[in-house]
Amino acid sequence: MKTMELHLTVNGQPTTWTIAPGDLLLDVLRREGYFGVKRGCEKGECGACTVLVNGKPVNSCLLFAAHVEGEKLLTIEGVGHGDTLDPLQEAFLDHGSVQCGFCSGGMILSAKSLLDRRLNPSEAEVRDALAGHYCRCTGYRKPVEAVLDVARRRKPEIIPEEAA
Amino acid sequence: MPTEHATIGQNLRKVDGVRLVTGSPAFTDDIHLPGMLYGKILPSPHAHARIRRIDTRKAKALAGVHAVLTYKDVPRVAHTTAGQAWPEPSPYDTYLLDSKVRFVGDRVAAVAAESRVIAEEALRLIEVDYEVLPAVLDMEQAMAAGAPVIHDESDARNIYDASHNIAGYILREIGDVEEGFREAHYLFEREFRTQRQQHCSLEPHISICWLDGDGRLVVRSSTQVPFHCRRQVAQILQLPVSRVHVIKPRIGGGFGGKQEMLLEDICGALALATRKPVKIEFTREEEFYMARSRHPQILWMKMGVKRDGTIVASDLKVLATTGAYGSHATTVQGNTGSKVLPLYRAPHMRFECHVVYTNEPVAGAFRGYGCPQGFFAQETLMDEIAHQLGIDPIELRRKNAIRLGDLDRLSAQLGEGREGLPRVVRSCGLPECLERGAAAIGWQLKRKRRLDLHDHVKRGMGMACSMQGSGIAGIDWASAFLKMNEDGSFCLQVGASDVGAGADTVLSQIAAETLGVTLDKIVITSGDTDITPFDVGAYASSTTIISGGAVKKAAEKVRTQVLTLASRMLDAPVECLSCADNRIAAPGKSISMTDLALHALYQEKVQIMDGASHFNTDSPPPFCATFAEVEVDTQSGRVRVLHLATAVDLGVAINPMQAEGQVEGAVTQGLGFALTEELLLDRDGRPVNPNFLDYKIFTTTDMPKLTTILVETEEPLGPYGAKSVSEVPINGVAPAIANAIFHAVGVRLRKLPIRPEDVLRALCEQQEAIVGQTGSLRRVVNPPTPRVTL
Repeated sequence: MKTMELHLTVNGQPTTWTIAPGDLLLDVLRREGYFGVKRGCEKGECGACTVLVNGKPVNSCLLFAAHVEGEKLLTIEGVGHGDTLDPLQEAFLDHGSVQCGFCSGGMILSAKSLLDRRLNPSEAEVRDALAGHYCRCTGYRKPVEAVLDVARRRKPEIIPEEAA
Repeated sequence: MPTEHATIGQNLRKVDGVRLVTGSPAFTDDIHLPGMLYGKILPSPHAHARIRRIDTRKAKALAGVHAVLTYKDVPRVAHTTAGQAWPEPSPYDTYLLDSKVRFVGDRVAAVAAESRVIAEEALRLIEVDYEVLPAVLDMEQAMAAGAPVIHDESDARNIYDASHNIAGYILREIGDVEEGFREAHYLFEREFRTQRQQHCSLEPHISICWLDGDGRLVVRSSTQVPFHCRRQVAQILQLPVSRVHVIKPRIGGGFGGKQEMLLEDICGALALATRKPVKIEFTREEEFYMARSRHPQILWMKMGVKRDGTIVASDLKVLATTGAYGSHATTVQGNTGSKVLPLYRAPHMRFECHVVYTNEPVAGAFRGYGCPQGFFAQETLMDEIAHQLGIDPIELRRKNAIRLGDLDRLSAQLGEGREGLPRVVRSCGLPECLERGAAAIGWQLKRKRRLDLHDHVKRGMGMACSMQGSGIAGIDWASAFLKMNEDGSFCLQVGASDVGAGADTVLSQIAAETLGVTLDKIVITSGDTDITPFDVGAYASSTTIISGGAVKKAAEKVRTQVLTLASRMLDAPVECLSCADNRIAAPGKSISMTDLALHALYQEKVQIMDGASHFNTDSPPPFCATFAEVEVDTQSGRVRVLHLATAVDLGVAINPMQAEGQVEGAVTQGLGFALTEELLLDRDGRPVNPNFLDYKIFTTTDMPKLTTILVETEEPLGPYGAKSVSEVPINGVAPAIANAIFHAVGVRLRKLPIRPEDVLRALCEQQEAIVGQTGSLRRVVNPPTPRVTL
């Protein structure tokens, strides 16, 4: 089988993977042990396989791995900081926003992408940011509340983009 | 309710939460096994066919293919896939692989190959010559004379009447319904229809099987029922139970769909055939039609009432299809009667039900287990009665609802596929649910004065009541084991299956509370048939009350051991001791659990440990009142739910935050059941919409405002007063919405899901009726505000 080398940054670490040209990003990530990236539909419908590419949420099941050559990837495994959880992860736990947890990683990544862009998102904006994530357990109220809670609590200076 | 508990009633984080929010390996698929093969099932393209000839030679010859199995290669053992306590009440009508296929998606063959691509290619290389048979694709035709017989095999067992495609039949009567109807002043009779809803667990079904170093079959699987699964896999593959080890990791949602031995048998067969690890996972498309769904039903409900609204008699007839196999056929439908009719204290009740086979996808257990269908009929009819008699719908319920101390005689007649046990209501918060739910949605004000936004957009408000059970009386049971570690922590081993609903957390809270330790001192292992003691599994709203009861008993025994030793160490009588905050205290002195544990292990040389089993002979009902405010666009027929308020009597909430999550998840599935979700089949029985674009479940932006009210009561049969919560809130959503639509625009919708075209059609028919009455022939396309008494 033909293979190629893929160079990218995953969760801050420069990485080189050997892939086949037709490999989907979801399959490569899971093969490389990023099990937090979930296979829910393989059609870009459910959002469970979401990763951030250069800060933007994408469905990794719809993307050839070769497309992310040179890009910066963030998976749920890279959202926390060592043993410290990200405020979004803390809030998801404290608000009871996690039930089975299969969709939680993707939701947290999309929420992170939103909060990195928007200082003070409205509930409608949060709902819009999470609209691509199917969750069959929670009814969405608690995940949305968790994201709004993080937005309310954080200090303005940590979001430079919004100010600009 | 004031709580004196340290852990019970606290909004504690899920014990497995950190693992889940950090994406750490947790689920069935989150492992790599060297040499693992990819298994794939060849689904039948026909709804009903006999396999004349099947040739696997080309598939087997393909490089990378390790096994191809057909019915010729596997043992033929009639069984049910329903994950129920032995002996299962569902018919034994299913085979690992068969020479006949009975629905589009039925198993024809299975392959194991080195990659998914090769496995899929191998499926294409299997040559099958089908003798296509006439199919039954309409449940109303299934029992007709001359209808094709779906289960004509001679070795199936426990089918009610295979020659007429009747999987199960139930007839039960309390009192004399016909006499009741004669006593009544008014009779109301209506037909209702419900659809095929799919669970849509975000994690599709998946199993990974391999042989361990001793040649035992290990089944790592996404299941709600590891112990039933072990027994069934052993039965089907003809292995001793001791040669099967089922592991339930974290599960990505079950909702009843995984109360089923679905992939474990075929995956195990492939592992045995190849001597290699094999993984089979359903794609989303396969999940829709090859897994399970909610039983579609046609319901005919008749109620006789007095002028003052007193219900004298209620009669429910049901025709349901179980699809091609009778998984949960009689038990789901039995629930449609036994959990629905007794909500009201009619002296005369009758329930009759035919569950038929059709050549359609197989139905099974699904949150609510027959109740969402039954309550849709009953609660919509109740609303009609209230309207016709001029009684407020809440008042009509108050007047008739079952209450504290009542004996439900129907459940004595109608148990899990056999006679049941009488049910006594020992806790009942329904009146408070009605009161607080009504207040939350503004019932008094908005029922009287509707706030319509535009001429063509009408608002309305409706409500419904429901109940469920907490475990299956006399059948569901569980066990738990606890042992103390050197640091004063405890390992808790339970057979219970956390499928994402938080059982591990709730059970750990019960142990922590009983032992007087903090939650971090409980290390739980659940759902591993080698390590944990038995449990029937996660279904029938049983885990908190039954498994929780076992944990409490085990913890009480261990607590006694702790106190006995502490009594010696502190030189104080046991009666004076208390456990709290990881310490055992006597008046004026105390020791830590750690010191006690070290003393036990290294001085006394005793392992503090004990286990307990638990079951109940009754199934305490949780109660629910659901209130919906909707907006109906009379031009498009679109229904938008603005606000859904749900008040649930769940006994004592062990973890209120998680309990709220259960309620909200249930009502969200209820919204889909009411308005959008239906797995459609074409005229050949092929699925039309097996994907998330065409099968619509609610997302963040579709959701109404949710208000969740936990009404706490003290249930004597539950651990710390708990009942159940996960199922009951789904039941009232569809009828509350249908009733709200009636309040808004005056039309009754009796078929689910309520699609815009159904609403529009009903509005047009209503308008035609009005126009007809006034003698005009003008057809009204865009109806003005309808005001009509049906």
